Amino acid sequence: MNGLDFSFCGAALTALPSGALWYEAQRLLCVSDLHLGKSERIARRIGLMLPPYETRATLDRLAADIGAIDPAEVICLGDSFDDLEAAGSLDPDDQASLLRLAAGRRWVWIAGNHDPGPVDLAGSHVASHRAGPLVFRHEATAGAEAEVSGHYHPKLSLPGMGRPRACFLLDRCRLILPAYGAYTGGLSVTAPVLQALMQPRADAILTGQRPLRVPMPRG
Amino acid sequence: MHLGGMTDLPPQFSQWFTRQGWSLHPHQLDMLARAGAPALLLIAPTGGGKTLAGFLPSLVELADGGHQGLHTLYVSPLKALAADIKRNLRRPVEELGLPIRIEDRSGDTSYTQKRRQRADPPHILLTTPESLALLISYEDAPRIFAGLQRVVVDEIHALAESKRGDQLMLALSRLQGLCPGLRRVGLSATVEDPGAIARQLAGPAGCEILNADPGPDPDISMLVTAERPPWMGGGAAYAIPAVLEQVRAHRTTLIFHNTRAQAEVFFHNLWIANTEDLPIGIHHGSLSREQREAVEAAMVAGRLRAIVCTGSLDLGIDWGDVDLVIQIGAPKNVKRLIQRIGRANHRYNAPSKALLVPANRFEIVECVAALEAALAHDLDGDPKGPGPRDVLCQHILILACAGPFAADDVYAEVTATGAFAGLTRAGFDDCLAFCATGGYALRAYDRWQRLLLRDGLWHLRDPRAALRIRMNIGTIQDTDTVKVRLRGGGGKPLGEVEEAFAATLTQGDTFLIGGQIVRYEGLRELTVEVSRSAAKRPRVATFMGTKFATSTQLSARILAMFQQPDWPALPAHTSGWLALQREVSHLPQAERILVESFAHEGLEYTCFYGFAGRNAQQTLGLLLTRQMEMAGLSPLGFVATDYATLIWGLEPVTAPAALFNGADLREGFETWLAGNAVMKRSFRACATIAGLIERNLPQARKSGRQATFSSDILYDTLVKYDPDHLLLQITREEAMRGLVDFGRIEEMIARSRDRIDHVKLDRVSPLAAPLLLEMGRVPVMGEGRERMIVAEAERLLAEAGIADF
Repeated sequence: MNGLDFSFCGAALTALPSGALWYEAQRLLCVSDLHLGKSERIARRIGLMLPPYETRATLDRLAADIGAIDPAEVICLGDSFDDLEAAGSLDPDDQASLLRLAAGRRWVWIAGNHDPGPVDLAGSHVASHRAGPLVFRHEATAGAEAEVSGHYHPKLSLPGMGRPRACFLLDRCRLILPAYGAYTGGLSVTAPVLQALMQPRADAILTGQRPLRVPMPRG
Repeated sequence: MHLGGMTDLPPQFSQWFTRQGWSLHPHQLDMLARAGAPALLLIAPTGGGKTLAGFLPSLVELADGGHQGLHTLYVSPLKALAADIKRNLRRPVEELGLPIRIEDRSGDTSYTQKRRQRADPPHILLTTPESLALLISYEDAPRIFAGLQRVVVDEIHALAESKRGDQLMLALSRLQGLCPGLRRVGLSATVEDPGAIARQLAGPAGCEILNADPGPDPDISMLVTAERPPWMGGGAAYAIPAVLEQVRAHRTTLIFHNTRAQAEVFFHNLWIANTEDLPIGIHHGSLSREQREAVEAAMVAGRLRAIVCTGSLDLGIDWGDVDLVIQIGAPKNVKRLIQRIGRANHRYNAPSKALLVPANRFEIVECVAALEAALAHDLDGDPKGPGPRDVLCQHILILACAGPFAADDVYAEVTATGAFAGLTRAGFDDCLAFCATGGYALRAYDRWQRLLLRDGLWHLRDPRAALRIRMNIGTIQDTDTVKVRLRGGGGKPLGEVEEAFAATLTQGDTFLIGGQIVRYEGLRELTVEVSRSAAKRPRVATFMGTKFATSTQLSARILAMFQQPDWPALPAHTSGWLALQREVSHLPQAERILVESFAHEGLEYTCFYGFAGRNAQQTLGLLLTRQMEMAGLSPLGFVATDYATLIWGLEPVTAPAALFNGADLREGFETWLAGNAVMKRSFRACATIAGLIERNLPQARKSGRQATFSSDILYDTLVKYDPDHLLLQITREEAMRGLVDFGRIEEMIARSRDRIDHVKLDRVSPLAAPLLLEMGRVPVMGEGRERMIVAEAERLLAEAGIADF
C-alpha cells in the first residue's frame, strides 16, 4: 500500500493516497467530510442538476480502501452528509453499499456542522470518539491535544505541481484530515484560519499517487 | 410600405444623395432592387458602403410613416459598432425628415431605456447576438417583434466562425417562427466560401449572393530590415527601427500582433525607441474599456500616428485614415490577413498597403508562403462542423423562459437553420433531456427537474429559474481574469490579467500592462493593486486567449516550398539555414513525418515535425509523452510550435514509428481524453454554455478558480460514471478542432500514412535548434517528474530541519 507513515502523539499512523487515515494498532480507518448527497442538495436548493454520482464515487473510493486494508473500525469524521435531508434520501443502491461496507465492522458517525444529528443508518452516532491516545471530532477545538479532526478541507499546491491537492495538516497536538468526498472543494493552507490554527512548525501531507510530506507554508 | 420588386429610389432619397455628392454603388442599388428576397448575402470589402446597402431598403420602406413598431433588426458582433451606425443613420434620417426611430440595445443600455424599448419598440433596433437572445427569452417577445420585416446581420463572416453566430441563427429561427415573412440580409467581408455563409444565414438551400467590386488587389510585401530576425521568439524587437521609419512615412499605421503579450512587449520597446515622441497608442482586449475608448477616439480624430494592437481592432470603428497595416509575426491564416488589410486605405481608392514582419527565422518562410497565397487569392478555411449542441441547449432554456413549447415545433424550427440542418431527432431529444433533468444515466432528478412536460408542452418547473437562465445567456467565454488597478490612484483601471498569472505574482514583481511597467502590491478582492515602477525588465503577463494555429493550407504551402531545390525568394541567411538542414538531416515533406533524435546537455531529445499547427502539435506532445511514459522512457517535458513538437527525457527514443502508430494514437487519444487538462477546459466551456455550470449567480460573483475546480471534478465523474453523457459527446466533438485540434492530427496521419523517417544526429539539427530556445515548455508529470518532485520535497524538509513529532 502506498501510504506515508508518520507518528502523531505516540500513535503510528499512515496517510493513504486517497486522503484516508489508517491507524494500524487499532485497525482503525478514518475518513472525513464525505459530503454524500451534495448533488441532491444543490438540485433541491437551487435547481442546478450536477452529475448525481458523487455518492457512488465516494463510496467506491471508500470500498477500495476498506477492501485493501480490512479495518475493524471505520470512523466518518463529520459532514458525512451534505445535509440531514440528503442523508434521508440516499439512493437505495448506495444505502446497500454502505450496509455492505459496514458489515462486520464497528462504524462510527461523528456529527458535523452539515449533519449535526443522527442519521438512519447502521453504526453509532456521536459527537466525538476516543481510540488509543487520540480523540476524534469534526472540528478542531482550542487547546486540544492529540486531536484528529476535519472540517476545513485543506489543500496545497507545490511549485511545478499544477492544481492543488487535498492534504493532511499536522503539528505536535493536532491532525487535520483532508476532505474525502468526491465533490468537496478545498481551502488553501495559506488561509488565515488554518495559519492561526496550526503551530509555527507544522507539516502538510499531500494526497495523490504517492503521499508527500512537506513543511506547511507559512505567511 | 413594402416595395416588392420596385427598382427605383424614391426621389427625395436620390436628391439627398446628389446633394452629398454621392452616387450609389451598383451593389447598393442591387440590394434595394432585391429587397423583397427572403435572404441575401452581400460580399463587400470594408468601406464599400455595406451599411448603407443593408439599411437603404429599410429607410425607403419606412419613409411614409405607415409602419408601426419594429421593422428592422440590425445585429453585429460589437456594441460599439451598433452605436457608430446609429450615429451615421441619424444624419440622413434627420436631414430627410424621415419619421424613423432608431435605437441601440446591448449590455450597456440602461435599465430604463431597455424597459421603454420593450414597451414601445423603435422602428430600427441595433443590437448584439446576446441581447437578441435575451429579447426572445421574454414572454412578450411575440408582441415586441410583431411586424418585424427585416434582419440585417453585419460582419457575418466573423460571427459565422464562432458560437455567437450559432446562437444568433437559432434566435433568428425563433423570430422566423414569430414573423413568417421575415427577410434576412447578411453583410460579409471577403471569404473563401461564400456559399457556406449563405447556408448559415438562410438554411441548407442557401440564398442569392451579391458581390461588390472588391477594388484593387492589396499591396503586401515583407518589411526589409537591416537586422536579421533572431532564431526564436515572437517579439520582433529587431524590426523596431524599420517599423518606426514606416510610421514616419505614413499617416496612420496599425501594427498587429498575434497575442496580447507580444503587443505589450512590442509597444514597450517601440516607446523606448520613439525619440521623436510620435503619438502611438496600444489597444487590446485586456485593457480597460476607458483605455480602449480613449485610443479609439484618438484614432478616429486622426491624433495617432500608430496603434499597436491585436485582433481587437479587426472589427469596429472606422479606420478612416489608416494607410498602412503592419503584421508582426507570421500571419497564421491568409483569410484573416486579407480581411484585415481590406480595411485600410479604402477611402482613397488606392490599394491597401501591408507589410509582413517575421519575428524569427522560421517565420520568414511562413511570411513568404503567406504572401504567395495572398497574391494567388488562395484563402484558407476549414469547413465548419455541425451546429454545437451546447448552444442548442442554451437556446432550449431560453425558449422555456418565454413560454411553454412543443418539442416537435422547436425541432422543426432549429433544423431549418443551416448549422443544425443535420441534427437528428435523437440528438435533439438528448439536448431536451439534458435541459429537463440533466440527462444522466442515473435518473436522480425527477423531483427537481428544470423542465416539466405537461399537456404535451414543456415548461420551467420553477418560473424563478428564468432569472438565472437569463443572467447566463451568451457563448463568449471570459477567461478568468482579475482587474488591475493603481493603488491609491483613484483606483484607475488599467486592464485585466488572468487569474492564473496573478496567482504567480508576489510583492515586488513587475509586469507590463497597457505599455507601462507596474509593480505588484497585492491582491484585494479579485483586484490586483499595483504601483508605477521604473524597473527595466518586467515580466510579461501571458494571456490564454485564442491560440491561432497556422492553417492547413499555409502549412501545406510551406512543406511544398521545402521541396524546391533552392529558394531565391528567401533572404540568404534563411535559405542557407534550410540548405544546412537538408545537408545534415532532411527537410520535412508533406507525405512523410520526419523524426530527429539527438542528445543535448545530458538529456535525450526527439523532434517530431508534424506541421499540424500549434494546437495539434501541443496535443501530439501530450499524447506522445503519454506513450513514452508507458514505455518507460521517462519524458520530462516538451514544447510545441506550429510545425514541430520537441520532447526531452531521460531515455532515448529508438523506435519512434512504434510511438507514432496511427491506430495507437487514436486509441491513446480516447483513453487520454479522460485526464487531459485541455479537454477539461473545453468541457468547462461547453458545460457553462449548456447551463450545467453557472458563471453568474444572483448574489455574488463566483470566483473563476472555484469554477475551474468543480468543472474538473464534474468531468472526471462523468467520464467514470456516465461516459456517454451529452456534455462529453459535445466536448469530444469540439476536441476535433479548437485547442485539442485532433482533426489536424488525423489529417497529418492521413497524409503521411505511417511513412516515418527517423534521423539520429550527434547534435541538435538546424531546424530543431530554435525549439530548444522556445518558451512555453510543458512539464510532464510522470515518473521523471515525480522523482524530481520527491527530491524537491526532501530538499525542503532538509532545509527546514526534519522534526519527527
